[in-house]
Amino acid sequence: MKVTRRTLLGGIAATAAAPMVAPRRLWAAEDTIKVGILHSLSGTMAISETTLKDVMLMLIAEQNAKGGVLGKKLEPVVVDPASNWPLFAEKARELISQDKCVAVFGCWTSVSRKSVLPVFKELNNILFYPVQYEGQESERNVFYTGAAPNQQAIPAVDYLMSADGGSVKRWVLEGTDYVYPRTTNKILEAYLKSKGVAAEDIMINYTPFGFSDWQTEVSKIKAFGAAGKKTAVVSTINGDANVPFYKELGNQGIKAEDIPVCAFSVGEEELAGLDTKPLVGHLAAWNYFESIDTPENKAFIAAWQKFTNNPKRVTNDPMEAHYIGFNMWVKAVEKAGTTDADKVIDTLPGIEAPNLTGGMSKMLPNHHITKPVYIGEIQEDGQFDVVWKTPDLVPGEPWSPYLPESKDLVSDWVGLKCGNYDKVKKVCLGGA
Amino acid sequence: MGRPEKRLIDRRLGIFLAGLFLLTVAVPVGNLWMAGQPVPTYLVALIGKYLCYALLAVALDLVWGYCGILSLGHGAFFALGGYAMGMYLMREIGARGVYANPVLPDFMVFIGWKELPWYWYGFDLFPFALLMVLLVPGVLAFVFGWFAFRSRVTGVYLSIITQAMTYALLLAFFRNDMGFGGNNGLTDFKDILGFDLARPATKVGLMMLSAVALAGGLILARWVTTSRLGKVLVCVRDAESRTRFLGYRVEHYKLFIFTLSAMMAGVAGALYVPQVGIINPSEFSPANSIEIVIWVALGGRGTLVGAALGAILVAAAKTILTGALPEAWLYALGALFILVTIALPTGVLGALEGGIARLKRPAPAQEVEA
Amino acid sequence: MKAFLRMVLVLLALAEATAAGAADFATLVAALPAGGYADRAKVVRELGLSGDGRALKVLTALAGDDLKVMADGAVVIVYEKTGAAVGAVDGTDKGTPAADSLQRIKLNNAVRRALRTATGMLTLRDPDPAKRLSAARDALRAADPEQIEALDAALAAETDPAVKTVLAEAKAAAVLKSGEASEADQLAAVTLLAQRGDEAAQAALAPVVNAKDPAVAAAVKKALADIAEARKLWGLAQNVWYGLSLGSVLLLAAVGLAITFGVMGVINMAHGELVMLGAYTTFVVQQVIRADAPGLFGWSLAIAAPLAFLVAGGVGVAIERGIVRHLYGRPLETLLATWGVSLMLQQAVRSIFGPDNRDVGNPSWMSGAFHLGQMQVTWNRLWILVFAFAVFTVLLIVLKRTAIGLQMRAVTQNRAMAANMGIRTGRVDALTFGLGSGIAGLAGVALSQIDNVSPNLGQGYIVDSFMVVVFGGAGNIWGTLAGAFTLGIANKFLEPFAGAVLGKILILVGIILFIQKRPRGLFAVKGRAVEA
Repeated sequence: MKVTRRTLLGGIAATAAAPMVAPRRLWAAEDTIKVGILHSLSGTMAISETTLKDVMLMLIAEQNAKGGVLGKKLEPVVVDPASNWPLFAEKARELISQDKCVAVFGCWTSVSRKSVLPVFKELNNILFYPVQYEGQESERNVFYTGAAPNQQAIPAVDYLMSADGGSVKRWVLEGTDYVYPRTTNKILEAYLKSKGVAAEDIMINYTPFGFSDWQTEVSKIKAFGAAGKKTAVVSTINGDANVPFYKELGNQGIKAEDIPVCAFSVGEEELAGLDTKPLVGHLAAWNYFESIDTPENKAFIAAWQKFTNNPKRVTNDPMEAHYIGFNMWVKAVEKAGTTDADKVIDTLPGIEAPNLTGGMSKMLPNHHITKPVYIGEIQEDGQFDVVWKTPDLVPGEPWSPYLPESKDLVSDWVGLKCGNYDKVKKVCLGGA
Repeated sequence: MGRPEKRLIDRRLGIFLAGLFLLTVAVPVGNLWMAGQPVPTYLVALIGKYLCYALLAVALDLVWGYCGILSLGHGAFFALGGYAMGMYLMREIGARGVYANPVLPDFMVFIGWKELPWYWYGFDLFPFALLMVLLVPGVLAFVFGWFAFRSRVTGVYLSIITQAMTYALLLAFFRNDMGFGGNNGLTDFKDILGFDLARPATKVGLMMLSAVALAGGLILARWVTTSRLGKVLVCVRDAESRTRFLGYRVEHYKLFIFTLSAMMAGVAGALYVPQVGIINPSEFSPANSIEIVIWVALGGRGTLVGAALGAILVAAAKTILTGALPEAWLYALGALFILVTIALPTGVLGALEGGIARLKRPAPAQEVEA
Repeated sequence: MKAFLRMVLVLLALAEATAAGAADFATLVAALPAGGYADRAKVVRELGLSGDGRALKVLTALAGDDLKVMADGAVVIVYEKTGAAVGAVDGTDKGTPAADSLQRIKLNNAVRRALRTATGMLTLRDPDPAKRLSAARDALRAADPEQIEALDAALAAETDPAVKTVLAEAKAAAVLKSGEASEADQLAAVTLLAQRGDEAAQAALAPVVNAKDPAVAAAVKKALADIAEARKLWGLAQNVWYGLSLGSVLLLAAVGLAITFGVMGVINMAHGELVMLGAYTTFVVQQVIRADAPGLFGWSLAIAAPLAFLVAGGVGVAIERGIVRHLYGRPLETLLATWGVSLMLQQAVRSIFGPDNRDVGNPSWMSGAFHLGQMQVTWNRLWILVFAFAVFTVLLIVLKRTAIGLQMRAVTQNRAMAANMGIRTGRVDALTFGLGSGIAGLAGVALSQIDNVSPNLGQGYIVDSFMVVVFGGAGNIWGTLAGAFTLGIANKFLEPFAGAVLGKILILVGIILFIQKRPRGLFAVKGRAVEA
């Protein structure tokens, strides 16, 4: 007993003393290029983010097999910010200033990105952010490889309004109560009204995070849909709450033929936790689907399943975003001949990298990329069947022209060197 | 546990304060003035954060350790103090936001608000914000406590309604309509009283301020608990009914200490926010408040210094483990909690002092152990 | 290029055929793969109206993704099991083509909708009354003036009164939509639909609220108002049902806690994780059944329930023997230790099963819904309610009527005296804790049917469970029952007015205020022991 206690005490004392001597990874070999991976591996967001950590490890391993970058091997540094937003900032600082990572791939939620933003600005480093988001932001140190609202929400609504999509006249905008759904719905509301949809034909509804009792909400949707006009639901419901939502939809007998639900946050990964038979025909809008039949995609899926040693492991949109982002970074570093943040930031715009759907995505001066938009319908096997796609790649626009406060703003980090330039007043806003 | 002594600063507190003083001297010197910067800026912010947690733990220990009120909602007071400071920092950004609106913070422009809601008035003035840091948590604690203690809600019932309080606030602050930035909370602060938050000197200053606040909080708490009032508090903790029958107005004592503790938590939150750069509703989550209880229990309940130590230990363990064992750190942390509870019933501090006592008096005096 | 030419030819042929009046069946089938979704939907509709006996088979195959195009352009039905193909039009044997040589005929919602209506039209005369009923319902849902003829014919031949009613309503909807019938006919149609009085009737009436004929328009307006009024009352009943259903979930999650926390006084923060273990047990059971005995899937929950009880109960006993046992007399420290257990269990599940959601299927008897008047009741919620009551009853019997229950009560009331009477208190403690944990496992089985099965499952319920137990009064499982249903129903009545978020906040504030009024919960334990 005494021994155990003393050892324990020793352990605790060591734990306490360790930060004072600046934590450093013991196995850090010389002469590698370190890349940070900042995705939650525990807590509420682990469900989505763990996959992204794995895909980054795979991409880095593949790059190393090809000889690394600039003749050096890449070394991934993985930390767990544990779905805790202040911890995100702390870990970002650790990755940059302690581990000397030259770029970081990470974050999922908007709040985690907002939390680390000041750190990246202060320490002048690079963040690749792979998730669809609400826009209204363009920072010099961040590269947004997920969809901006105009690369997901607007095309999805266009499709639903078209004859193929069912000529929808009545809209339910259902979302989780946080910034991404709020902004997306605001943009959509303005957009729908500009297309002549009456205010009484739009119902906007918010639920808390992790909401699980959808009985009332679903019956509300059902009642709203019984007005004789073709109704659709545009869902910005966040990860965890989706499974109970779709289960309730299926049980209350809302069929995609009657009231289709078009989701922006439901991908292959989320469907893997669901019995999709009652959900066939419900929609999702993404820039990538696992079912898209291209040689690049097949190779990627095969490599992924081999890497994770799981022949059933699915792929999804944010994974593709990391794939594009990582390849762009590699190209930029090779073009610049250095990993120096300033040089890489200046080199990245204009860099092109193949996406997995057969096109070439390009990094734009506003630090967003060009992407195709696909609408897929849920199939019985948990995959999506693409029913519509944009003819060309759509350039990402951080500032929505449908919102009064951002309609005059543009972002251009090449010519104007400004993320929020007011084209009417001709000034770069903010003192940053 | 918590035998009130006469001396204001006993040896335990003395050693801790000395350590704290050394820290406040060593860190700035090491960070700002020494060649090679043996104390990186990263560490400064980290230490500052730990010190805020420590102050919060002391606040909780004051009510739980000395008065038996197990609050599972102290995170709420911490967060409210943080929000009050965050609101000042938001106003301080002024026209440097992305939309360059001189009055409205970015997130309000973002959700289409045209004017500042009334409860944001005054937060552009630092003294007003400081007042609110104390007042908002204090008033909430006072009102909440006034009802709860008067109705003689005790034990787990009190714990659970404090949890309900912080949970309700969590949900409320999540709502974007509340005007506190919803889930994103308040971020992207630029400076405090004109000092650039990104500068190492500002960080060092904030860290030193946190150390001073922690020292102040400890001394204040020690002063309260060694006073006559402190003795009554311990009586309330150990035999509430008996104290009442002796003629003490138990609810007044409880109310006083609860409000004081909430204000201390608010100060901790206010110091925390500029150092971590974000305040968002997750600080209200019941799990966070439970963690505070764990710090105190781990360090040693009713010892004040132990509570501070516990907070620092757990937070440091988290920092190290999430970096070193990203996939398995929860096992390590969970095991630590279990082991400490079973093996160290008096907390780390108790075990430490027991160990020292044993070393001093070798063979015969074995019975010192709890 | 060849494919494009073929498509053009087929489209031309189709245009010609439609122009000629009645498209020939073979031409229609050949036209299915061509053009976009809108063209396909049109062809499907024509097939439905063609009344051709062969059309049903083709459309069923199309709906099941079994209708394919061979390399030579022939449309074939492929049998899923054998891979054999037969001509869609004439049933000629086409051998067994390689799967990747076949081209799919893709569907979207518009085509699927057309398919449903078309299949409905073709099954209006099916010998099976259930199929006729569903066909009639489909016709009502997709009111189309062109269906009137077929509906009339079906009505004339129909013998089943239930089917007949729906057919008449479907016809009424179609008549109203066309707007060409006489005023009397239209008014009769409105009356008929008003009697039906559900969402389908509303959907059929709402578009004609501005009918040309003012008398019809007025009648529609009145009918809609009447329906809305009647549904308001049903809405009340529906809310009660939702509340009961939410209450049953809360009850299941909390009743185990009522034992470990309420009766034993252990603050078990790992309770949520025990619920999660129950859900994962269900997942494992279903995986095994899917792999080895698919026929048993309907029984999967019945098999999982006792296993979940044993798994969660076993872990519970282990927690009690390993940790909690050392902490009696220090109740608050159980919070610290069980919090550690909870972290470790979460991470263990994450390591073993992965961090993402697992798919736990609903057996057929747990899926779908039925109507009770104008109220919709989903089967899974109903069964969970029944299950919750069953668990509660069994628990009550165990506690009140069995020897071990007697011992449990004795130990919690006066440990020292119970020990003096010869009760092995340690064993009873372990069993009590195991019982509470096992019930948490049972809750997991139920929750797996309506919620995510992920490592975070338990976290979502732990706070609510504590609220329920405390609101009801710790130490009294009747209090937990009352607490769960009160909170459930109150929540569901607030939700439509205040919204989900504000509703929940109001409930929490309500709990805080209620505790001021009754500091020991709804069913307070009285007596001297309380002060301890």
